[in-house]
Amino acid sequence: MKNIIAMIGAAAVALTLSVPGAFAAEEMAAQPTHFPMEEPVEQDWSFAGPFGKYDKGQLQRGLKVYTEVCSACHSLKRVAFRNLEELGYSEEQVKSFAAQYDIEDGPNADGEMFTRPGLPADHFPGPYANEEQAKAANNGAVPPDFSLIAKARGVERGFPQFIFDIFTQYQQGGPDYIHALLTGFGQEPPAHLAVPEGLHYNPYFGAGVALAMAQPLYGEDVTYDDGTPSTLDQEARDVAAFLMWAAEPSLAERKEMGFRVMIFLVVFSIFLYIAKKQVWSRVEH
Amino acid sequence: MSSLEHHGTYTPTSGIGKWIDARMPLPRLMYDSFVAYPVPRNLNYAYTFGGILSLMLVAQILTGVVLAMHYTSDTGLAFTSVENIMRDVNHGWLLRYMHANGASFFFFAVYLHIFRGMYYGSYKAPRELLWILGCIIYLLMMATGFMGYVLPWGQMSFWGATVITGFFTAFPVIGDPIQQFLLGGYAVDNATLNRFFSLHYLLPFMIAGVVVLHVWALHVTGQTNPTGIEVKSKTDTVAFTPYATVKDSFAMMVFFAIFAYFIFYLPNYLGHPDNYTEANALVTPAHIVPEWYFLPFYAILRGITFNIGPIDSKLGGVLAMFGSIAVLFVLPWLDTSKVRSADYRPWYKLFFWIFVADAIFLGWLGSKPAEGVYTSLAQIATAYYFIFFLIILPVLGLIEKPRRLPNSITEAVLERNRASGAQQVTGSAAASPENRG
Amino acid sequence: MTSDETTRRDFIYVATGMLGVVGVAGLAWPFIDQMRPDAAVRAAGQPVEIDVSSVEPGSAIIVTWRGKPYFVRRLTDAEITAASGVTVDQMKDPQPADQRIGGPADEAKKDWVVVAANCTHLGCIPKVVDSGADGWHCPCHGSVFDFTGRILHGPAPINLPQPPHVFASDTNLIIGTDTAGA
Repeated sequence: MKNIIAMIGAAAVALTLSVPGAFAAEEMAAQPTHFPMEEPVEQDWSFAGPFGKYDKGQLQRGLKVYTEVCSACHSLKRVAFRNLEELGYSEEQVKSFAAQYDIEDGPNADGEMFTRPGLPADHFPGPYANEEQAKAANNGAVPPDFSLIAKARGVERGFPQFIFDIFTQYQQGGPDYIHALLTGFGQEPPAHLAVPEGLHYNPYFGAGVALAMAQPLYGEDVTYDDGTPSTLDQEARDVAAFLMWAAEPSLAERKEMGFRVMIFLVVFSIFLYIAKKQVWSRVEH
Repeated sequence: MSSLEHHGTYTPTSGIGKWIDARMPLPRLMYDSFVAYPVPRNLNYAYTFGGILSLMLVAQILTGVVLAMHYTSDTGLAFTSVENIMRDVNHGWLLRYMHANGASFFFFAVYLHIFRGMYYGSYKAPRELLWILGCIIYLLMMATGFMGYVLPWGQMSFWGATVITGFFTAFPVIGDPIQQFLLGGYAVDNATLNRFFSLHYLLPFMIAGVVVLHVWALHVTGQTNPTGIEVKSKTDTVAFTPYATVKDSFAMMVFFAIFAYFIFYLPNYLGHPDNYTEANALVTPAHIVPEWYFLPFYAILRGITFNIGPIDSKLGGVLAMFGSIAVLFVLPWLDTSKVRSADYRPWYKLFFWIFVADAIFLGWLGSKPAEGVYTSLAQIATAYYFIFFLIILPVLGLIEKPRRLPNSITEAVLERNRASGAQQVTGSAAASPENRG
Repeated sequence: MTSDETTRRDFIYVATGMLGVVGVAGLAWPFIDQMRPDAAVRAAGQPVEIDVSSVEPGSAIIVTWRGKPYFVRRLTDAEITAASGVTVDQMKDPQPADQRIGGPADEAKKDWVVVAANCTHLGCIPKVVDSGADGWHCPCHGSVFDFTGRILHGPAPINLPQPPHVFASDTNLIIGTDTAGA
């Protein structure tokens, strides 16, 4: 009986392993149903791993790409100007940065809304007054808010990758996805693929064969203050890092605190283990 | 505590101690329950999850209470208030990640606790009530976990709530009214969010209440142990303090170290990216998946794709899913074997481990899209789940020939140590820890 | 068992216990820290600028800064005279009137009073009574302040505090800072 069970087990394992392959073969022929069609390439990020922290220069470059390109359509409503101090700007720089924006405030004593220069406590104003306006300006597709986009996007890792991820601490699916998407435009779609009218083919897009957004970055879109050449790859990388910061500003603090907590827990566990050994040495168990 | 012998008795020495003891003997109860309480001397680390779970419950309540100080249960503000916690509240990110990952680790511990109970036959007479109380705790945990997942008001929150309350629409006639009753409307909306918040705050305290009953029942019958033989004499046991306390503490710290690893380095590993997008009633995410701890049941739900007589596939799936939990309640009467521990039941041991693998496999299937070969595999795995409980357990108890049982816990311990030649403690002290003083 | 061994064992137990105490204390901190005002609240406490051109002598407006109300009152000549006439023995918290009356830097005449609108007893908002030196009367427990916010009698122990403030121009008052142009 044991042999029979072992055989069933082996068959089940074999079947499971062959499943993804079988699906892949099917997908080649027909219109794909699972997205993205191509997995993003994993990039090196300064904030990856147990000692990761943001590269402030990179975040400042990413902010520039966001403000000069992305912000035309995408809001960043959960980030306040005061948060930009975390990018290495001084209080004064943040104040003058915020003052460039017009913030709607009010009503005043006459019951009218008015605009005033932004203050550090204000949040980034969005490009559209409301969702309907955003829809109308973009052929019915609302450009998503960018405050959490780096955590709201990711790729399915699948077995056994998701087990390795525990040990490699892979949490960079979002920035990898953003980088891949931004650099993935402009490719010729395979002949058998039907790309809907008005959409733009991108094999890295997570929800279909093509998306409403046209290629936003081509390289040389911004001039970096620190002289870094603004290639497409560099811009995509910088803005992805910036968006990761926007989504998870506490990342560096978290990892730093984590290191101290882990050391404490390991030391405490060792002491408890020795104490346990001592207590139990009095009795056979 | 009839058959159980205590290690020492509570004798208040100070005047205040005596004064309190005469009026409300709470210190005496604590002493009897957590100091002198006898535990089998052969418990292994699988028996530490009860303590870990108690601590996790406390941790969840503490982090939950402080999160509720900053959370707003309004559909327009819920998502923003959670982001306020993550960005602006002092250490808010830490508290939220502790709470969110704490739910996962709570379930992780409870699954190991349940599997331990199944392996060592902890549900068998006279511990049926103890087991059923545990099942009730598990049910309450599921309700709490589900409602807690709705509160951040992300896409998965919204659509998870829609799908799970949709289970009830499977029942003919009464289904739709039940769903509307649960939601407080025709769809998941503000009324739903508010009542879920209220209940999510309430249920953990009900869990705590049932935990007290669970521990009470445990202290009446005493713990099982890896041999499955009842405690017969004082030499079979050691005092809860310091023996069990120090061992439980060590296990807790190891557990907490893993927990902390996730909080600090993989805080979103167990979550779903879609829940970082605010709920939108007009857009369904590409793949709706529940939290990982519900995945096996989700696979069972989706596995029933065929009608069974008058029961259509939708109702069949819901019934199978509820049935997969309900079957746990009657487990004490499904297992016909007189032997408790799987250590002495070679065949049960085998089927048990297949069951564990089957449950994990179902969980993996639950995370996959419900199509093609995944559905067939889910059906096979679901079949084994029910066959294990409804056929294998009753039949196996009648036909299986168990291995020879030792006469007592002490004998089992000494026998094993002699065989392995490990850790010899000299003289009579080996047999009785009490002689050592 | 030798005494050395005993010492080593005790050390382990004591050290383990100490580590436990440290751990609990460390864990408690985030739970305490989260009670403090969060970053958004702290940032919102920045100065507010108010147009006070509509405030005539003898009237007041209430302005909110950091969620708390402040009286911005313009005194009449009679009120200034009454306030200046208050003697030291009439006051519980003596302070000269001219320290509490201000105005735009380039105006010769000082007739503005900017004080907290919460009574220094237990925080209610006093009402205007305007009889002689009495300016505000707190309805909760009967404290009486003059129009410069000095406590005259009643349970309140000290004068109504003056927030940091400055006139950016003749008509614009900034509460929350005392340096113009910030």
